[in-house]
Amino acid sequence: MNATRWETVIGLEIHAQLATRSKIFSSAPTAYGAEPNTQANLVDLGYPGVLPVLNAAAVRMAVMFGLAIGADIAPRSVFARKNYFYPDLPKGYQISQYELPVVSGGHIDIVLEDGTAKRVGVTRAHLEEDAGKSLHECLPGLTGLDLNRAGTPLIEIVSEPEMRSAREAVAYMKKVHTLVRYLGICDGNMQEGSFRCDANVSVRPVGQEKLGTRAEIKNINSFRYVEKAIGFEVARQIELLESGGKVVQETRLYDPDKGETRSMRSKEEANDYRYFPDPDLLPVLIDAGTVQQVRAALPELPDQKAARFVAQHGLSAYDAGVLTASRELADYYETVVHELGEDPKLAANWVAGDLAAFLNRDGLEIDASPIGAAMLASLLRRIRDHTISGKIAKDVFEAMWAEGLPADAIIESRGLRQITDQGAIEQAIEAVMAANPKQLADYRAGKDKLFGFFVGQTMKATQGKANPALLNELLKNKLGSAGG
Amino acid sequence: MPTVASLAAALQARQISSAELTRQLLGRIEAAQPRLNAFISVTADEAVRAAEAADRRLAAGEAGPLLGVPIAHKDIFCTAGVRTTCASKMLADFVAPYDATVVARLKAAGAVMVGKTNMDEFAMGSSSENSHFGPVANPWNVKRVPGGSSGGSASAVAARLVPAATGTDTGGSIRQPAALCGVTGLKPTYGRVSRYGMIAFASSLDQAGVIATTAEDVALMLQVMAGFDERDSTSVELPVPDYAAALGRPLAGMKIGVLTEFFDSGLDPAIEQTLRAAIDELRRLGATISDVSLPNLPLSVPTYYVVAPAECSSNLARFDGVRYGYRCQNPRDLKDLYERSRGEGFGAEVKRRIMTGTYVLSAGYYDAYYLKAQRVRQLIADDFARAFASVDLLVGPTTPTVAFAHGAGDSDPVTMYLNDIYTIGANLAGLPAISVPCGFAHELPAGMQFLGPHFAEERLLNVAHRYQQATDWHRRAPAGVAS
Amino acid sequence: MYDFAPIFPLRERTVPTLTATEIAAIAHLARLSLSEAEVPAYGDSMSRIMALVGELDRAVTTGVEPMSHPLPGQSARLRADVAVAAEPRELLQRNAPRAEAGLYLVPRVIE
Repeated sequence: MNATRWETVIGLEIHAQLATRSKIFSSAPTAYGAEPNTQANLVDLGYPGVLPVLNAAAVRMAVMFGLAIGADIAPRSVFARKNYFYPDLPKGYQISQYELPVVSGGHIDIVLEDGTAKRVGVTRAHLEEDAGKSLHECLPGLTGLDLNRAGTPLIEIVSEPEMRSAREAVAYMKKVHTLVRYLGICDGNMQEGSFRCDANVSVRPVGQEKLGTRAEIKNINSFRYVEKAIGFEVARQIELLESGGKVVQETRLYDPDKGETRSMRSKEEANDYRYFPDPDLLPVLIDAGTVQQVRAALPELPDQKAARFVAQHGLSAYDAGVLTASRELADYYETVVHELGEDPKLAANWVAGDLAAFLNRDGLEIDASPIGAAMLASLLRRIRDHTISGKIAKDVFEAMWAEGLPADAIIESRGLRQITDQGAIEQAIEAVMAANPKQLADYRAGKDKLFGFFVGQTMKATQGKANPALLNELLKNKLGSAGG
Repeated sequence: MPTVASLAAALQARQISSAELTRQLLGRIEAAQPRLNAFISVTADEAVRAAEAADRRLAAGEAGPLLGVPIAHKDIFCTAGVRTTCASKMLADFVAPYDATVVARLKAAGAVMVGKTNMDEFAMGSSSENSHFGPVANPWNVKRVPGGSSGGSASAVAARLVPAATGTDTGGSIRQPAALCGVTGLKPTYGRVSRYGMIAFASSLDQAGVIATTAEDVALMLQVMAGFDERDSTSVELPVPDYAAALGRPLAGMKIGVLTEFFDSGLDPAIEQTLRAAIDELRRLGATISDVSLPNLPLSVPTYYVVAPAECSSNLARFDGVRYGYRCQNPRDLKDLYERSRGEGFGAEVKRRIMTGTYVLSAGYYDAYYLKAQRVRQLIADDFARAFASVDLLVGPTTPTVAFAHGAGDSDPVTMYLNDIYTIGANLAGLPAISVPCGFAHELPAGMQFLGPHFAEERLLNVAHRYQQATDWHRRAPAGVAS
Repeated sequence: MYDFAPIFPLRERTVPTLTATEIAAIAHLARLSLSEAEVPAYGDSMSRIMALVGELDRAVTTGVEPMSHPLPGQSARLRADVAVAAEPRELLQRNAPRAEAGLYLVPRVIE
């Protein structure tokens, strides 16, 4: 249709659960998966007379995040009460931050699949407490409340409405996901709800400055769903506007089964949150000295690490990006490089290639890999010192994965050492030549493609162990050149 | 007169056991209950057990200013295993699963809790008539109110049912009932006493305090109650001085400012007379008296009636019938659950304040009301700070009238609110203040109020004590009550 | 994200009188059931309260910071990140109006 007339405007609000041991305002544990209501204490339940006390680690993690995105850390920030009634909100208000958030400004740099780079602005990031969980399916006609999650610290990260496509939104979300895991402030587990995304989506005619009315799609918990939900919503809004309708400002939910968004709350329920500074909590003061301390303790960030891999190891930007997608993967790769002592590109290919494929196949995280970094390095050393060929190495890798044995043990037990004895290879070549007189004649008559045939046959005869370079050289000599 | 101090001494000297003393007082409480209704819960069995435990400690040679002394707690403090109602239908059957810090500290010191005193629902009121458990009577005249919201505590102390009781003061709720009942009541500096376990009304104004018959007793109780609590983020990390040690200092050289704004046309002339006489007494004791004007102080009441309802509308949102408290019968849906549980569970004054608070915080009104009120609050606090640059303490009446009749405030809530006109300022500025009996007007008690700068409790108790050494208003008891 | 149209129409602050509609709206926001008979009484008392509050207009507050905490110069105290087990569920759910299988129960919420 006239889809090209419309511009998509997307802003994302990401809620990341901070990986503290205790809750933001109480000492109850935050570990996931406990029996219902066994990790909700008096303070979390909003019992009469209880009071909040702020967790130092939550503040520290927020500062870390702010510094990592180049934002300003507020020297004075204030907690405010967001008042509304919902059964998963025990106090009838959420302690959040309103006018004076701990972090403001900053940016996230993204790279799309086609290589284009973009800087997306961050408006603010603030601390708040999570609500509990509503379970609607447990008993007929009733909703059950599990308040274990109530009080878990969250950082809410609000982007500027600067994304212009679902792809950009996904790239932004992935980058933030990587960043919080790098910083060690969030485990990023979307299935468990540690990392949630709301998308504010609107459209406007290309060239118009005024923003269109936006819909908010809440609680999207996978990268794929973000892309689909935004895609559906944009199409919905465009169709609505093109048929003369108006987009209603509302909250919507993405239904992954139907692949569509639907309205969640009617306009009548639009809440007046009556924000005011929480009188039970005093302003949080963060001085320059504290900021410096936190800055000095920051780990190397993904972009810095990737740049270092390019500069020091000669990797391509793309490979560096793949390897730095997670801190664990990057650390693994660097250990391999360190152990191997040379040829980082070889290490990169194996880590990003074979290792990643096997991890994916078996659904494992890198820290559960049966092949440790040092083990992989020893395999790669055997390629470098010509003990085995690259091709054989793949078989060895597979065996190492299945049996958990080191490379040398497998090479020895299966007799996979590369054959580098010139005489032995020549013998094999002669045998193949003798066994295939027709192909020999054809080759010498000019069919140079048959060179590969002889390579293959000789390899087979040596159980793949002939050193390929040597084999090539000797075969050339023995066959003579094609056509003469 | 049985005071905390004299009872503690008698217990120490084994002249009487805590168990005997406790049983005696429980008997008096039972006898007085139909007339005064000062208690919501009487914890007789627990009290006797606690008294026996105190006796064992005393027998083992332990000494302590509160050891074995019976006290009462305002029913706003959470008491583990004991019903804690805030005088509300909303919490009529609520058994607290934990002790408030104040309760735990007094328990550890060996004080024996005999029961939970009646009050205005959720501390909202100045007469202790807004109670789901019926109104409290003033022992001086049972047709009159004891004041509020700590009316049950004041009535119980005035009737000598207990030598001391805890209370809370958000806009005058300790001092006003103390004045109307002829007893002594202290509101400490904000942050001096922990609010953990004290059911919140207005978080930036609430403070826990003491009602007793003498300043000395107040000092003994405050000594145990005060001090930093890590569970209360607004609790102040200042060491607690020895309050008893400061009591006897001579007043020579103390500069006391008379709050001129308080001596206005709203003050009962008979009360004014008692104040003038009391101020003369202070002069005789060596204090220098001057006049002090705090021009923004008359705005205390309007300021308070924005800030307190705003905070309470949020603090009381947790009472929703979900995790504890009253739940309506057969809720049709979630909305009905909330609306009827809260509509049926809360009394009218509580609902009025919740609605007022909701309104002044709502979009479009926040700046005009809430922010405005918090700015005026700063002006009032600045007035006090300026005053304390030139005087050590301020003095004035505690209340504009003596105890009024039950039902007097029914037609217009604002009339009731104006009872707190002299007390609210101290809450807004977080200042400590004490009310001491200073005479009678229309044959009913009148109270004099001292205000001090932040953390000047020693000074307040000193002045009150020296005044009480030179006068005997605090020793007077209602007719029929052994003093 | 944070802007709302006022639910109650702004009006001249000289004599604020709250209408039945406004009272009903406030009661809903505060989740308080009010019978039709109660509305006029609340309207009247709240109007009196707001008239009292209106006195604040007399104060000149330009340049004055709003006071949210009564003691000056205080800042947040931070707690060390140490987890402590919650009180036993059985104790905390003793007061629950309705709880089963460890969950607090309310009428079904439709989202």
